[in-house]
Amino acid sequence: MISAPAALRRRLVARRGAGWVFAIVCALAAGLGIAALAVLLIDVALEGVGRVSWDFINSFPSRKPEDAGIKAALWGTIWLMALTALFAVPLGLGAAIYLEEYAPKNWLTQVIQVNISNLAGVPSIVYGLLGLALFVRAMELNRSVLAGALTMSLLVLPIIIIASQEALRAVPNSIREAAYGVGASRTQVVFHQVVPIAIPGMLTGIILALSRAIGETAPLIMMGALTYLTFTPGDPLDRFTVLPIQIFNWASRPQEAFQETAAAAIVVLLAVLLAMNSVAIILRNRFQKRGLG
Amino acid sequence: MAQTETTSRIKHRGQLGARAQRGRESVVTGVLFLCALVSVFTTFAIIATLLEETVAFFREVSPIDFFTGTKWTPTFTPAQYGVLPLLAGTLLVSAFAALFAVPIGLMTAIFLSEYAPSWLRSIIKPILEVLAGIPTVVLGFFALTFISPEIVKPFFGTSQIFSALSASIAVGIMIVPLVSSLSEDAMSAVPRSLREGAYALGATKFEAVRRVVVPAALSGIVASFILGVSRAIGETMIVALAAGGAPNLTWNPLEAVQTMTAFIVTLSLGDTPQGSLEFRTIFAVGMTLFVMTLGLNIVSQYLLHKFREVYE
Repeated sequence: MISAPAALRRRLVARRGAGWVFAIVCALAAGLGIAALAVLLIDVALEGVGRVSWDFINSFPSRKPEDAGIKAALWGTIWLMALTALFAVPLGLGAAIYLEEYAPKNWLTQVIQVNISNLAGVPSIVYGLLGLALFVRAMELNRSVLAGALTMSLLVLPIIIIASQEALRAVPNSIREAAYGVGASRTQVVFHQVVPIAIPGMLTGIILALSRAIGETAPLIMMGALTYLTFTPGDPLDRFTVLPIQIFNWASRPQEAFQETAAAAIVVLLAVLLAMNSVAIILRNRFQKRGLG
Repeated sequence: MAQTETTSRIKHRGQLGARAQRGRESVVTGVLFLCALVSVFTTFAIIATLLEETVAFFREVSPIDFFTGTKWTPTFTPAQYGVLPLLAGTLLVSAFAALFAVPIGLMTAIFLSEYAPSWLRSIIKPILEVLAGIPTVVLGFFALTFISPEIVKPFFGTSQIFSALSASIAVGIMIVPLVSSLSEDAMSAVPRSLREGAYALGATKFEAVRRVVVPAALSGIVASFILGVSRAIGETMIVALAAGGAPNLTWNPLEAVQTMTAFIVTLSLGDTPQGSLEFRTIFAVGMTLFVMTLGLNIVSQYLLHKFREVYE
């Protein structure tokens, strides 16, 4: 009679013990991702930070690793991002505003919505194939910054649309109803009331989308942007290269010295990304504090 | 009489204004609608370009040779177009990546959703977001300069720099944040009442998680796994840098392999004239890749949709 509770207690201890083991394993798993990021950053920094200098940023690539720099790639990246933002931001915001504020609930809207989430999952290299066939060849833009930016725009469009839709959805309905109540038209409601409130959230989405585009490599390689360039683009129809492609080029060479150069270029790329992400996080926090996240 | 005239004039002006406003409204709506249509156009353009070149490819190479051939030598003479080695390479890298990323991602999600106090969660989640934002070319570099020489070589005793395994580990690191954030969303959406019911029946926390929360969130969790695998299949730069680039039909992860994506990139590094068979080959491989990832994404979305229907 006394043995039953004792056995029960033993079982309870075992069950709780199993729970502790599981909790610790889960914590270790969470730590593993963070450890991987830390090791990656340390590995790159140890190899690359020593090579980063003004000369490195302001020199063209060279056959000699110690003279090689990222001037062409950095300017190419800046050109590409500026043009991509120019195309993708208005289109993405327009699509998001239409879908959230104007679209009737019918099959066509449904099709557009499903289509956007599918596009977000298409591998980036497939966008490269599209860019190669459509912009480089069919529209004869050749291997220009413009062709690259158009391809990149299509690639980041779903990300911008989805993030902006979320920002618009977070705007409370009472604001729309109040504006309608004083006689505003739909366009006045949307552009004078709803959009201004959603802007920080939309900006966060845009920055995250552009920081994805900055690191994209595969579609641009497909379009032939892997080149040994000793000039920076002067207009949208010039040839170009970008930082990730320069990194790929150096990293795939066997010489140890070029690995170091690649690491240095990664340091610059990650610094740019970190700056962009920080801005996005600050904006998001401000957005959430206003109670609209 | 004069008064009614004024009233009617005001009414008339009001109608004019209303008409102008309606006109403006429909212009704005139309422009915004066109923006939304661009995404539909993109899908059509992707399918049309892939189909056009793939059909042209299959006029020259028989589909049976393409899907059942075991030799992939499109740039040699005699050229052979058996896609199986590329498919095997893709599946090998993705399978091993999933083998790392799925348990680690799921346990990270369980930790974040069930165990971690909110201050710890607010530290770990942004770090994982940063990890998700690391460009894949950087992960490829990491695979080449760290994972391969410091992990794969000493632990598995190979002398090769390039291996499917090094690439898999890096791809796994890439998809952990995706799996963990989507799984965590799914588990956070499980209503508290289910957990409380389990506790009321005397379950420990571990038992509540294992028998109630995870099963309740299962379709969302599986959707995150599938999306992770789909991302791994489409990943390009890591495998282009670290997997080697030899189209091997092998199940040994320590050998060098070539994936579909790596093949497309490698061939594009040279100049591929339009209309050549090489040019069409990359589209045929791209089509195969597109169909595979689209299929997985649709399954994943269907599962997520089902999950949302239950709890939202």
